[in-house]
Amino acid sequence: MLYTLVFALFLIGLYATITKRNLIKIIIGVIIMEQSVNLFLLLVGYRMGGMAPILDKETSLQEFVARAVDPLPQALVITSIVISLGTIALMVAIAIRIYEKYGTYDIAEIRRLRG
Amino acid sequence: MPEKEGMSLIVKEVARLIAPPIFIFGLYLTLTGHLTPGGGFPGGVVFACGFILVVLAYGGKRAFRRLPPEGASKYDSGGALLFLVIGLIGSLVGGHFLYNFIQAALPGTVFHLLSAGTMPLINIAIGMKVAACLFMVVMALTLFRLAGEKGGES
Amino acid sequence: MSWVFLLVALPLGGGFLLPLFDKRWAERWLPRGSEALTLALTLATAGLAFATIGWEGIYRMGGWSPPLGINLVVDGLSSLMLVVINSIALLVTIYSFKYMEDYTPTGKYYSLFLLMLAGMNGVILTGDMFNLFVFLEIASIASYALVGYRRGAVELEAAFKYLILGSIGSAFIIFGVGLLYAATGQLNMAQVSRNLAGQGRGVIGGITAAFFLVGFGLKAAQVPFHAWLPDAHSSAPSPISAILSGVLIKALGVYCLARVFFNVLGIDEIEGNILMWGGTLSMVVGALLAVGQEDLKRLLAYSSISQVGYIVLALGMGGIMLSRGEQALASLALVGALFHLINHAANKALLFLASGAIEEQAQTRQLGEMGGLFHRMPVTGTTTLCGVLSIAGIPPFAGFWSKLIIIVAALWGGFYAVATLLIATSVLTLAYYMRVEREAFFGAVPERLQKVKEAPAAMAWAMGLLAAGAVGLGVLYLPGLREMVLQPAMNVLLEGLRYAQMVLGG
Repeated sequence: MLYTLVFALFLIGLYATITKRNLIKIIIGVIIMEQSVNLFLLLVGYRMGGMAPILDKETSLQEFVARAVDPLPQALVITSIVISLGTIALMVAIAIRIYEKYGTYDIAEIRRLRG
Repeated sequence: MPEKEGMSLIVKEVARLIAPPIFIFGLYLTLTGHLTPGGGFPGGVVFACGFILVVLAYGGKRAFRRLPPEGASKYDSGGALLFLVIGLIGSLVGGHFLYNFIQAALPGTVFHLLSAGTMPLINIAIGMKVAACLFMVVMALTLFRLAGEKGGES
Repeated sequence: MSWVFLLVALPLGGGFLLPLFDKRWAERWLPRGSEALTLALTLATAGLAFATIGWEGIYRMGGWSPPLGINLVVDGLSSLMLVVINSIALLVTIYSFKYMEDYTPTGKYYSLFLLMLAGMNGVILTGDMFNLFVFLEIASIASYALVGYRRGAVELEAAFKYLILGSIGSAFIIFGVGLLYAATGQLNMAQVSRNLAGQGRGVIGGITAAFFLVGFGLKAAQVPFHAWLPDAHSSAPSPISAILSGVLIKALGVYCLARVFFNVLGIDEIEGNILMWGGTLSMVVGALLAVGQEDLKRLLAYSSISQVGYIVLALGMGGIMLSRGEQALASLALVGALFHLINHAANKALLFLASGAIEEQAQTRQLGEMGGLFHRMPVTGTTTLCGVLSIAGIPPFAGFWSKLIIIVAALWGGFYAVATLLIATSVLTLAYYMRVEREAFFGAVPERLQKVKEAPAAMAWAMGLLAAGAVGLGVLYLPGLREMVLQPAMNVLLEGLRYAQMVLGG
């Protein structure tokens, strides 16, 4: 059930990226896509009623293995957040530059490259 | 926005009070990353947020006299190079890149600060890189000075 | 082989060392220090890449064994790709010395260039699905920034388009990686492959395949997803166009498709068909669009779509034959794909470098404004002629042999429609490249081009070496050399499950 929601979010992001004409809205679409993927990764590792995958002195190792959620997807998510940070910073930087050159965020008015 | 004076007196005072704990918290997250949640990336982000708070509150001119954004680029590259150097030492000592050479020589105990061999050092390197990089990105975007096009680093 | 990681670590370290050079300090003590460092590093990585030929094995990062830790894998396919990438990077570095003099922040250029090289080498070497994605993104982000390097209006627009489509591709790829992790609980490619072979692909495997097809298809600019390539490749500085067209789309797109579908998922007939027909479509559409181009670099970019179509087509054909159990035919198709990959890398890099030389000397990219350049720029003219004849498939040149192998494989495999289209596209390719030759190099010299001179020596040397490749790479198929380079790479694809065996042992 949750997986379909995540997939729907992914498609919403894709739809926004493809159909919107404003540069900023396109960027937001990409962000939605990337975050839906992050949610998906977290869901893959989630376990109902699980505990955070942090070993402390009170929990025994057996209980930890039995109850902790999978920590690997969380490591993946933080890496993919870093990567999307880099991409999005670059996107915004280029969008600002384009605005300086053309004075608009509308891609229909920007199209100088064709065919 | 960061023109002459920065924000109002209240904001400046609160920023002055809050900034040092933020930096300390960032350091804490970075240094204890191998024991508790945290590590180089969150620590670096918190640290960068501290810088950004100071710049926002006091305005660009005054803040940049103390912390020039150009210098951040040096820390950025320095952090990455530190990471690589640690990896290279590992490969010279243990034959594998990023080999945990301290851990192998001095095995630590769980739940102790000095226990994970090279991990804290790597966290410091990543923290340096992330803090400098994030600070640069935000400053580059706000100042329209788009020199810092920085890639993501795991 | 304990130095394989240096292929990634050296350019990565160089990329981060360059910004540390203080400008005033560097100008006094180290004029052209960034160039020298880049040259040294690319020389070193090219040497290391050649040294991996004939070696097969894994390198454990941090001493962790395969299913747990990240490992680097060297086999026939990766050493072939490494040699192609690093030797072209070396030549492009030499070429850049002169070409990039007009652009002020060269340190930043070389830094991004080295990061891109590190990312590509990492993509080729890594044996871990998520690590593949990370390196892919390092290479992509560096290339996005390099496309917009000139910061003109057109360049920025192209970079933005490339950035958006590239990010969509990355989102699809990481979704696929997550699905694989959900299905198998593993990220190590070898372990994933073994688990999938044990439990069967199932529905999730099919969805994963679809996600990877879209994601890597976007990175390889196959036809429904090709919109970014002509803009990005023609807007970048010419040496970067050479890297993007010659190497990057192959390392990030074609190599990943091959590795994931042949070694991890295990290709089946449906995916083989999708790859083959997608490749055919790109091949035909790319060539048709190239015919009408006035801008030399855009023409070359469309031609890249078409030529990468050949490679993907041959890969898909090999996959179909493999799933039908026709080993001998599959080996022919796969050798054709890899051979064409090498040839196209050399030819297209050469042609983009030549177009950069023309742009630099004659100050134009429009074919209509050129003419008679053969007399004014003899070295550029000769090398371009070699590249054009090779890419169009004229007999003694290298490009002919790889196309011939692909066509023969299609005929023997019974794909007559594909074989017809292959031949028709070859003729079309010849036609539009002959137009380039006629309009740019032959005929009378227009008034404003009378003073055009030959490109500087460094640029000419880089082009000359690539032209030698365009002429001579055909020898790679001769017995003796074939066993060294092409055969091991093909065997990796042919025996998909042997990959898991090699990495994990047993």
